Amino acid sequence: MSVLTQSTPAAAPSDAAPEKELRPPSYWPFVVPALVVVLAIIIFPWVFTIWMSLNEWKVGSPTTFVGLSNYQRLTSDPRFLEAVVHTIVYTVLSVLLPLVLGTFAAVVFHQKFPGRGFLRGVFIMPMMATPVAIALVWTMMFHPQLGVLNYLLSLIGIPAQLWVFHPATVIPSLVLVETWQWTPLVMLIVLGGLAAIPTEPYESAQIDGANLWQVFRFITLPLIMPFLFIAGMIRMIDAVKSFDIIFAITQGGPGSASETINIYLYSVAFTYYDLGYGSAIAVVFFLLIVLLAAVMLYARQRMVWTEIASDA
Amino acid sequence: MVDTRISRRTLLTGTAAAGALSLTGLPARAEVNWKKYAGTKLEVILAKGPRGDNLQKNIKEFTDLTGIQVEAEQIPEQQQRQKVVIEFTSGRPSFDVVHLSYHVQKRQFEKAGWLADMTPFMKDPNLTAPDLVESDFSAAGLQYAKNDKGQMLSLPWSVDYFILYYNKELFEKKGVAVPKTLDEMVAAAEKLTDPKEGIYGFVGRGLRNANMAMWSNFFLDYGGEFLDAKGNILTDGPEAIAATKLYQTLLTKTAPPGVAGFNWMESMASFTQGRSAMWIDGVGWAPPLEDPAASRVVGKVGYTVVPAGPKGQYSSTYGDGIGIAAASKNKEAAYLLCQWAVSKQQGARLLQAGGGVPFRNSILGDPEVQKGVKTKEWLQSVIESGKISKLGLPVVIPVAEFRDIVGAALTATLSGADPAAELKKANDQYRPILERSEKT
Repeated sequence: MSVLTQSTPAAAPSDAAPEKELRPPSYWPFVVPALVVVLAIIIFPWVFTIWMSLNEWKVGSPTTFVGLSNYQRLTSDPRFLEAVVHTIVYTVLSVLLPLVLGTFAAVVFHQKFPGRGFLRGVFIMPMMATPVAIALVWTMMFHPQLGVLNYLLSLIGIPAQLWVFHPATVIPSLVLVETWQWTPLVMLIVLGGLAAIPTEPYESAQIDGANLWQVFRFITLPLIMPFLFIAGMIRMIDAVKSFDIIFAITQGGPGSASETINIYLYSVAFTYYDLGYGSAIAVVFFLLIVLLAAVMLYARQRMVWTEIASDA
Repeated sequence: MVDTRISRRTLLTGTAAAGALSLTGLPARAEVNWKKYAGTKLEVILAKGPRGDNLQKNIKEFTDLTGIQVEAEQIPEQQQRQKVVIEFTSGRPSFDVVHLSYHVQKRQFEKAGWLADMTPFMKDPNLTAPDLVESDFSAAGLQYAKNDKGQMLSLPWSVDYFILYYNKELFEKKGVAVPKTLDEMVAAAEKLTDPKEGIYGFVGRGLRNANMAMWSNFFLDYGGEFLDAKGNILTDGPEAIAATKLYQTLLTKTAPPGVAGFNWMESMASFTQGRSAMWIDGVGWAPPLEDPAASRVVGKVGYTVVPAGPKGQYSSTYGDGIGIAAASKNKEAAYLLCQWAVSKQQGARLLQAGGGVPFRNSILGDPEVQKGVKTKEWLQSVIESGKISKLGLPVVIPVAEFRDIVGAALTATLSGADPAAELKKANDQYRPILERSEKT
């Protein structure tokens, strides 16, 4: 047996020229395991989700095929439409704020000053904590009567705020938590970018008499742009599907003022047990994420081109 | 061995005495063969809380009595509900005995046929102790446990009445009397509110979904009914609007800021800190309120029934039960466990710990059991509430949607929205959901 299997590959090159069609089967079996895995854990759930979304599928009741009516229901479901708006607002805010603050923090931590290593360690600690644990701590801090945030505000004479307990301030308050947790991630990515920038442009800028802002605006920022895009992309995908912080702090409330698509989807599928409708929401949600990612990738592609053009 | 005999005898003497009084027509000599299913292994899924604790803590007694091994796990309520539904749907649940919330799951479980019928077991003197008879359960309990055909699908375990908690110290300071009607309650709340001092007259659930449990008590007091004879939802009528106006007034004018996001936990925090003078919620919160480590109002709390409305006085009622999975292979053994869980001994422990209120009148009304309850005023409010008990949610399948949609409307009124318009909108949104689910 062993002799045979060993001799086959050795003999193959000479035989291959006349019978090329025989080659694919020789590596095909090696692809099969990966293919099976991909089919079973990626393709199948997706096809099944789409199939469920075409059915009236409530736990405990028989299933009936209803075509696209679940999707029709989405267009006239005020709760879903509101959830889309909430998701967009939440995402935009929780991408922009960490990007701005993280870049600023990275520039600061790029300087050399005593205790830098220690402070950097402290700064990235929020990122290491469990979101649900963080959420519980913040919930207590947000409490309008007993929370520490209002106490701190009272020290500087600002009246008590309602934070997550009022529809108008709930999303910004949640974004605050998200920003607090994920600014360090942006900082780490940008810090990596800063380390890769050569020192020559800075030296020549110094000779030309550029001020700090000009150095940042015309040298640092363009050079770390690719890193900011990566950070932005990661943040965006995370923020769109953010669940734990919102669910643990407000469960989508007050009312439905902080109900994002993800939270609504969870309610529909696992509280109302309406799996068909829930699947339809999941499909639309997935398309939305793909669309957003595509826009980001397109923007990045364009940026790289202009960069090369300006280099040339 | 000695242990076994003692616990069995204790249980049997208790049951025999009550059995002699009940007019069941069962042969008085019949005795339950507790050991018949010795060696069986049961899986139990419980919602985390005092009922689950009480069962797990004393389960050894059951095993000593019957020789049945019990594997019981407690899961937080929300997750337990989901896990149970998913496992039932799979057709092969991993558990024999299930702890269910009637006010959320009754219709769903009945319609899906997930629970075994206990009626024949209850009629079998070899399986059922003579004191366990239908008539011993309160009306609300039977309403919850029985389906349309009159079959007992579970045993009612613990009932939750809504009561009024009030801070006696704050009441005395302002010279306010304990309110007997809802109007008096609003007046009292306004008088007690002093934002400069950080004191508010009233606190209660403002959070969507959770708030329905409190609101429904006002709704019932205004004469509201959830469904008409044809099963249509009625929560945008004049009773609902009046109840919502009351809810809006109390929570916007006399409640702490941020109440729109309060569930029972935040409400309790405000009450135990002495920041709120009145609180309406479920009956089970006496232990934390009287715990010096967690509360600043120990010994100052008054307990009474929810004040009367213009059309009556009710206590919004919810409850949980314990049932057997229809797919279980050990139904008889599982039945013995359910029976033990609602037994006099277990029920007395639950009541005395303040962790729940048994549905069985023979336990609640027993002077011996009552003696063991620490806070007499609390017990009194429980007994009084039992007399005016009325189910606090419509018995339909999409309960969660109902609580979410109407609950969101209520929360909206707290930021100034018009009650009538919000309720109408919520009803329009909910009606098709109800129709879709009940008519398939």
